[in-house]
Amino acid sequence: MHTAMQQIINGLSLGSIYALLALGYTMVYGIIKLINFAHGDVYMLGAFWGYFIINKYHVDFIVALLSAMIVTAFAGMLIEYLAYRPLRNSPRITALITAIGVSYFLENGMSYLFGANTRNFPQVVQQHNYTAFGISISNIQLLILVTAIILMVLLQLIIQKTKMGTAMRAVAVDQEAAALVGINPDHVISFTFGLGSALAGAAGVLIGLYYNSIDPLMGMTPGIKAFVAAVVGGIGSVPGAAIGGFLIGLLETGVQAIGLSAYKDAAVYVVLILILIVLPAGLLGKNVKEKV
Amino acid sequence: MTNTMTKIIGAAATVATIMVMAGCTAKNSGTKGNEASGNTIKIGMNMELSGAAAGYGNQMKQGFDLAVKQINADGGVKVGDKKMKIKTVVQDNKSTTSGSASVAAQLATKDKVTAIVGPATTNDGTAAIPNITKAYVPSVSPSATDPDYTLQKNGKVQTYVFRACFNNDLQGETAAHFANDTLKAKSVAVLADNSSDYGTGLAKAFKKAYTGDIKSTQYFSEGDKDFNALITSIKNKKVDAIYAPGYYSELGLIIKQARQAGVTVPIIGSDGMADPKLAQIASNANATNVYYTTPFSTKAGDTNAVAKKFMTDFKKTYHEDAPTFSALAYDSVLMIKQAIEDSKSTNSVKVAKALAKIKDMPAVTGTTSVDKNHDPEKPIVVEQLTNGKVTSATAVK
Repeated sequence: MHTAMQQIINGLSLGSIYALLALGYTMVYGIIKLINFAHGDVYMLGAFWGYFIINKYHVDFIVALLSAMIVTAFAGMLIEYLAYRPLRNSPRITALITAIGVSYFLENGMSYLFGANTRNFPQVVQQHNYTAFGISISNIQLLILVTAIILMVLLQLIIQKTKMGTAMRAVAVDQEAAALVGINPDHVISFTFGLGSALAGAAGVLIGLYYNSIDPLMGMTPGIKAFVAAVVGGIGSVPGAAIGGFLIGLLETGVQAIGLSAYKDAAVYVVLILILIVLPAGLLGKNVKEKV
Repeated sequence: MTNTMTKIIGAAATVATIMVMAGCTAKNSGTKGNEASGNTIKIGMNMELSGAAAGYGNQMKQGFDLAVKQINADGGVKVGDKKMKIKTVVQDNKSTTSGSASVAAQLATKDKVTAIVGPATTNDGTAAIPNITKAYVPSVSPSATDPDYTLQKNGKVQTYVFRACFNNDLQGETAAHFANDTLKAKSVAVLADNSSDYGTGLAKAFKKAYTGDIKSTQYFSEGDKDFNALITSIKNKKVDAIYAPGYYSELGLIIKQARQAGVTVPIIGSDGMADPKLAQIASNANATNVYYTTPFSTKAGDTNAVAKKFMTDFKKTYHEDAPTFSALAYDSVLMIKQAIEDSKSTNSVKVAKALAKIKDMPAVTGTTSVDKNHDPEKPIVVEQLTNGKVTSATAVK
């Protein structure tokens, strides 16, 4: 029983990272129907920024987290401006392939500039374990969980309560009609990329702190898993992405807990296939008919 | 008139062609393989400098560069009665098998190198074998550990394939003996990297030689960062030790997360862990009660002059402590140098023959001889980490 509870805690802290990443995928997809495969690499950029600023200026955790969010937000907007905006009216597959290209560019660019070696992330928050009823949870796990939940609530508020959020929802429904009522879709899309990338940057710093290890290819697997999480939750749906992230985290932990660790990645992709067959819109996705 | 001229020219051309072709054949039947022209010996490097194994590949390149620099500073390699400098041709195989095969072909047939260092992994190394064998160029891999890497399908040795590292069987068995006899562990959990033959091969060799109870065998893959689920289930099984063959980037995290979850039993690993980065990732306080089998000990400097020089020069050049992979790549170059000097030739076929006969060569990773399977024979040690520092290095027979 204790072990099972402990595994649930493990799953939730892993899941919160996937959830933060999945939000970025789902927002971008919701608005311009692009699966931004470079999203996992923006997360890597966030981790490297945190590494850099903590080592260089000895800032504390909050400063590192916020500055990484700002830096990755700009990186996300820059990627959108340089790579995706010129392709706005091209077929979707063109943009998708470009996204894969951007992903390779970031991974190999960082390897080239800073080396492919694994680095240890400076430990600005000392880890303590709290134990209750034989279950232990560390302060960093709590920090990740709380930060993830705060960011998700903030995101939901931005989308539902602000003018920009309304504009985002409008562009998601119909880009041309939104432009007709005075919304500049370019600004909205840029803002969306910024917002999603900021969340990825935050996840990068949290992961760096939690695992104490970062490298230029760290975004690859979590990026794909987060994409699966977004699909499971219903791509385009923000609460869906959060739920999908936690579910994938719990699933991966569960598969390892029952001794099938060799198949943990396979299990995630089996779920992806099953969801696409049984419930293509995902758990919370709306089944919108394509207008021709 | 013009007709006759044409005929004469035609005939001359035919004769010339025949003579050139005859010349070619004569040359080909005389010598096989590549030979140095001029005063430099070309040594190639077929290495994982980008892609998944780039972290290890770049460390090997550092060791390789350092070895060549030192040899050239000493005047070069003695071939017969003259000294020749080494010129390197370094190529990136991008951690792919296809890249490795094409790099091997390029180095062997276009750059005409005398010998090749690399590739790092068994998979990439195996992909290079057909091309180097066709061109009669030997290769020395610093880290391809699969027992079958140097062997053909029928069990005969690959004439042109050598390595500087131990094979998996030896390391796995040594770790098992260590767990049985020194730690007296009655039960273990095995936690292996299954993304390469390295981790699975070591786990297999360990399980064969270990006499106690193996309570669980679990796998992880390269790039994984979260091991809490695995560690929680191992903690529940109450084992005496954990055998975890893999590389430092994942093992550092396993040690960290295990210690933080309150798993304090000994963790035994392999030479992929022998890197100062391991303790940095795990953090010093957690890297305690950790053991690993390795050919290269940072304590080796006390007794081994080659190792001492290597470690001082490495620190001077790269401003960090030398990792095992750099030491193995350094020794790969030393092996090639030794073979060139023994054979008094830069011909790649003769160098390959001399490589197979290396005996008691002083090297960073211990006095090395090459056995009939092209595996190195040298002392293996088990290093112990306490608070992130190597506190003991026991030689195991």
